Amino acid sequence: MSEQAGELGRLHPRNAPVRDYLRAIGAVVWKDVVAEFRSRELISAMLVFSLLVILIFNFALELDIRTRETVASGVLWVTFAFAGTLGLNRSMSIEKDRGCLDGLLLAPVDRSALYFGKAIGNLVFMGLVEAIVLPTFSILYNLNLFNPGLLVVILLGSIGYIAVGTLLSAMAVQARTRDVLLPILLFPVTIPVLLAAVKASTGFLQAFDMVDIKPWLNLLIVYDIVFIAVAFMVFEYVVEE
Amino acid sequence: MIDVKGLVKTFGPKPVLRGLDFQVSRGEFVALLGPNGAGKTTFLRILATLARPRLGLVRIAGFQLPGEAAAVRRRLGVVSHQPLLYGDLTAEENLHFFGRMYGLAGLPARVKEVLELVGLYPRRRDLVRQFSRGMQQRLAIGRSVLHEPQLLLFDEPHTGLDQEASAMLDGVLREIASGGRTVVMTTHDLTRAADLADRIDILSKGVIAASIRREETDLSTLQALYREVTLV
Repeated sequence: MSEQAGELGRLHPRNAPVRDYLRAIGAVVWKDVVAEFRSRELISAMLVFSLLVILIFNFALELDIRTRETVASGVLWVTFAFAGTLGLNRSMSIEKDRGCLDGLLLAPVDRSALYFGKAIGNLVFMGLVEAIVLPTFSILYNLNLFNPGLLVVILLGSIGYIAVGTLLSAMAVQARTRDVLLPILLFPVTIPVLLAAVKASTGFLQAFDMVDIKPWLNLLIVYDIVFIAVAFMVFEYVVEE
Repeated sequence: MIDVKGLVKTFGPKPVLRGLDFQVSRGEFVALLGPNGAGKTTFLRILATLARPRLGLVRIAGFQLPGEAAAVRRRLGVVSHQPLLYGDLTAEENLHFFGRMYGLAGLPARVKEVLELVGLYPRRRDLVRQFSRGMQQRLAIGRSVLHEPQLLLFDEPHTGLDQEASAMLDGVLREIASGGRTVVMTTHDLTRAADLADRIDILSKGVIAASIRREETDLSTLQALYREVTLV
C-alpha cells in the first residue's frame, strides 16, 4: 500500500466530488457543442431530414383542417423520433471513430457524468432542431403550435427520448451493425414516451380538458425519471468491455 | 508499480490471456512484444481500466482492479494507435477539454507547457483533423502526460508513422521516460524495443513467454528468442 501515497501530479485533491462531477458534465457538453458548431454535421442532417419528413407528410396527406389537428401531433413526433435517432447515432459515432470514447473513459470521473454530458448535448441539438421545425410545421399545417402546454410536452418527451437514446446509442456503438441496431433497440423501448407525447400533444392542440391530458403528462414525467435513474446506474457497465 | 498474477481474459469461449504474470518496477520502461492476436492490446486495455479481467489479480500503484479503477485512472496515461482526440477541436481545445476532465490545476499554463514539449505550440489553434498522423500522435502523447501520470501505457504508438515521424516520436518517448515515469509499450518493432526499453517481454499464446533485460541481449539474440517463443 506504500505506493498509494504516490504523488498525483497536477490533479486537484478529490475533496469536491460534486464540483468535479459537474465540471466533467460541463466539459463534455462544451466539447460537443464546440465540435458541432464547427462541423455542423449532426444538426444539418437532423434538420434536413426533419424538414423533408414534414414536407412529405404535408403533400402526401391532403387533409381538411379538423383531420390535420388530429394527425399533426403524430406527424410531429414521428419527425422528432426519426431525426433524433439520426442525431443519437452520429453523436456516439463521433466518440467511437477516433477512439475518443476510450479517451473519455480514461478520465478519473464517475462514468455517469459522461452519460449526462452526452445526454445534455444531445438534448441541446434536438432542442435546436425542434425550434426550427416547429415554426415550419406551423406554417405548412396551418396550426398554432406555440401553446405553452405543447412546449412542455415537447420538452418532457424529448428528455425521455434522449435519456433512453443516449444509453442505447452507447450500447449500439460497440456493435458492427450500429447504424441499424440503434433504431431496433430504441423504438420498442420508447413506445410509452412517444405514445404519451402524441396523446398529450393532441390534447393541447385540440384543447381537451386538463383532466384528460394529465395522465399522459404524468406518464411522461415518470418515464423520464425512471430512465434517467436506470441510465445513471447502468451506463458504466454498458460502456465497459 | 504493476503487479499482475494469473490474469485470464476470454472473449466468449476463446481465451486470450491464460494466467498471465507480469511485474514492473517504478521508473522501468518495458517493451511488450508479440505476434498479432497474442493479447497485447487486450492486456493493455485491462491495465488501462478499459476492460475487466475474468480472473486474476491486477494491482497498479497499490490499487486493485477493477474495484479501484478510478484511483488507477488518476495515475495513468494512455496512447493507443488511435489518437483519442477530437478532429473538430483545435490542439489547444483538445488539451483543455481533457485537462478539465482530469480537474487539473493551472490548466492554461500546463497546456502551453505540454504543447511545447510535443513541438505543437505554433500549431495550437489548428484543427486536429488537419494534422498529419505524426502530429496527431505527438498531440496524443501530450494528452497522455497532461496530468503528469506515474504510469504510461503505449499501445503500438508508431503504427502508421513514417520514419521521420517515428524518430521524432522516439525522441518524445525518451524525454518522457527519462522523467522517471513507468512505461509499458507494445510494439512489433524489435529494434525499437531494444533501443528504448529497459526490459523486453514477449507475449505469446496468452502468457509472458520470455523476459529479458536490454543489457543482457543484443538485437540478433532478441530476434532468435522472439522466433523461438512465438513459433506456432
